[in-house]
Amino acid sequence: MTAKTLFEKVWEQHEVVPETADTPAVLYIDLHLIHEVTSPQAFSLLRSQGLKMRRTDRTLATMDHSTPTDPAEVFGRVPIKVESAARQVKQLEKNCEEFGVELLGLGSEQRGIVHVIGPELGATQPGKTIVCGDSHTATHGAFGALAFGIGTTEVGHVLATQCLLQRRPKTLAIEVKGRLGEGVTAKDLILAIIGKIGVGGGTGHVIEYRGPAIEALSMDERMTVCNMSIEAGARAGMIAPDQTTFDYLKGRRFAPQGAAWDEAVARWSRLRTDPGARFDRVVEIDASEIQPMITYGTHPGMVVPINGHVPTREGDAVFSKSLSYMGLNAGEKLIGKPIQVVFVGSCTNGRISDLELAARVMKGRKVAKGVRAVIVPGSQQVKQEAEALGLAKIFTDAGAEWRESGCSMCIGMNGDTVERGQYAVSTSNRNFEGRQGAGARTLLASPATAAAAAITGRVTDPRDFLTEMKSVVHS
Amino acid sequence: MQPIRIIESKTVVLPFTNIDTDQIIPARFLTTTTKEGLGKLAFSDWRYDASGAPKPDFILNRPESTGCSILVGGRNFGCGSSREHAPWALLDYGFRAVISTEIADIFRSNSLKNGLLPIVVDEKTHEWLLANPGAQVKIDLEANTVTLPTGDSATFSIERFARYCLLNGTDELGFLLSQRDAITRFEQTHA
Repeated sequence: MTAKTLFEKVWEQHEVVPETADTPAVLYIDLHLIHEVTSPQAFSLLRSQGLKMRRTDRTLATMDHSTPTDPAEVFGRVPIKVESAARQVKQLEKNCEEFGVELLGLGSEQRGIVHVIGPELGATQPGKTIVCGDSHTATHGAFGALAFGIGTTEVGHVLATQCLLQRRPKTLAIEVKGRLGEGVTAKDLILAIIGKIGVGGGTGHVIEYRGPAIEALSMDERMTVCNMSIEAGARAGMIAPDQTTFDYLKGRRFAPQGAAWDEAVARWSRLRTDPGARFDRVVEIDASEIQPMITYGTHPGMVVPINGHVPTREGDAVFSKSLSYMGLNAGEKLIGKPIQVVFVGSCTNGRISDLELAARVMKGRKVAKGVRAVIVPGSQQVKQEAEALGLAKIFTDAGAEWRESGCSMCIGMNGDTVERGQYAVSTSNRNFEGRQGAGARTLLASPATAAAAAITGRVTDPRDFLTEMKSVVHS
Repeated sequence: MQPIRIIESKTVVLPFTNIDTDQIIPARFLTTTTKEGLGKLAFSDWRYDASGAPKPDFILNRPESTGCSILVGGRNFGCGSSREHAPWALLDYGFRAVISTEIADIFRSNSLKNGLLPIVVDEKTHEWLLANPGAQVKIDLEANTVTLPTGDSATFSIERFARYCLLNGTDELGFLLSQRDAITRFEQTHA
């Protein structure tokens, strides 16, 4: 038998019709996650063509992108301020009711960012094909699923047929040897990877993250890594399932139970890339060389170690335009730069271990004068857990804002924005111009770096808080 | 969809690499539930100042851009989010094709499904296009060629099935729906 990669195994198990020179493969989709922003026009398509949904039981809806994070708005005590967002929320409620889709709506305790709740509910499982009208769907690849973002027309295709037409992508192995140093997180690892291969470095490829440094990561950390695959241009990133994966999933709402669980674990255990399987490309990275990272420009590939300087690129007009937007000079040191906003949250870093890391740094301290710190849990379950563990109190005692779950300031389409010209250290995934609000200047970093900046009011090496990073915050 | 064969137009050039979908259409405009009317919001933060007034120097606000339907962008055009609002906005503005040396995967896929041609050309042709904004260019989808006013031609490739759909004005959903029996068989054998 030929040796196969993890990607090839999952792909081949889902080929309804293999691709030919003339037609792409018909690929079966096991799980379709939908949200309010990229689904309305797809439901309209079904209506206009008189089509039914094929598999409501393989579809799960929630709302996260345009939803408010202010409790009064979320729980209906006051109207949602962004009127068009309120209409979008209503439209999703209507569509889910009409077509019979389970919706984890605004009042649901299981609601949250779509890429946080899929795993948390155990709907995300090894070997599944998972799609969503959102580019950060790659997150679910952390479980050994083939998960990728699709457009709204394709959302319609999946609603109607549970399938997509897809050409088989190429494979890229990112082998991460060694281990991450103290105070260096999964976020720093993925930022370093993007810095190395570039924002288009993964285009046309599915990435498999491999090696001892990857195997040592928790599920939360693996999700952070896979989440930003799209920031390197790759639609999907995958990590082979192992005991860490199985331990995470066991007992969750949609996870198999009893004998079905044992059978599933046996099946999932076969999903590893076979020895001798060939990737189209291989990139090697030494985890031990990675420092805490921070971005300085207007795409995630414009990234340097936290103690680094803004690079100099004579004669590069696009680079100069980017620095001008950021209000930074070539050669400038980032450490010590005053900042105005800190955002901890998003599908990249809004899970419980991310909040715990930020809380360790902030415990017993105050947010610096003039800094707005906003902490947004990735889901309502994360919120409840953070409150039970005392993390929320650490944040509010420090003077930070503690919100309901959602995409919030990562995308700035829900009322949570960074003001024009302000610097925000954010744990999110994109530092594009205007991403966090028109004129906002985003510095992407880990939750530890963000929390350190909240306390000092400046870009700070999180390793200044190394003792705190290793402490235990909850009782 | 209307069949597409030939697109002939002057070009608009945005000579920047990594033009992301947040530039093509900022996220705050994604709270719509329809596809219509997004053209006026395309490149909003580059096109309008903080008060909403058009920036006179920005290329899309200049008179020579009126009626142009071919956009030339730098490498890795359309990177970032999966929002189909990006091609919807460009089409509503009046663009029919985007030319670059590299086009991001999801943006390319979304464009093909809406009749916006994502054209990847070689470096030399691209450099010529960047250096000659407003050039009259002919894209022939049947011949897979981009012809410059110099008479030089470059070839491009578009995924065969998508190209078939564009040339014939059909959409991919019809093909998927015709696979119903195969899908049912798959579901019966793959729990």
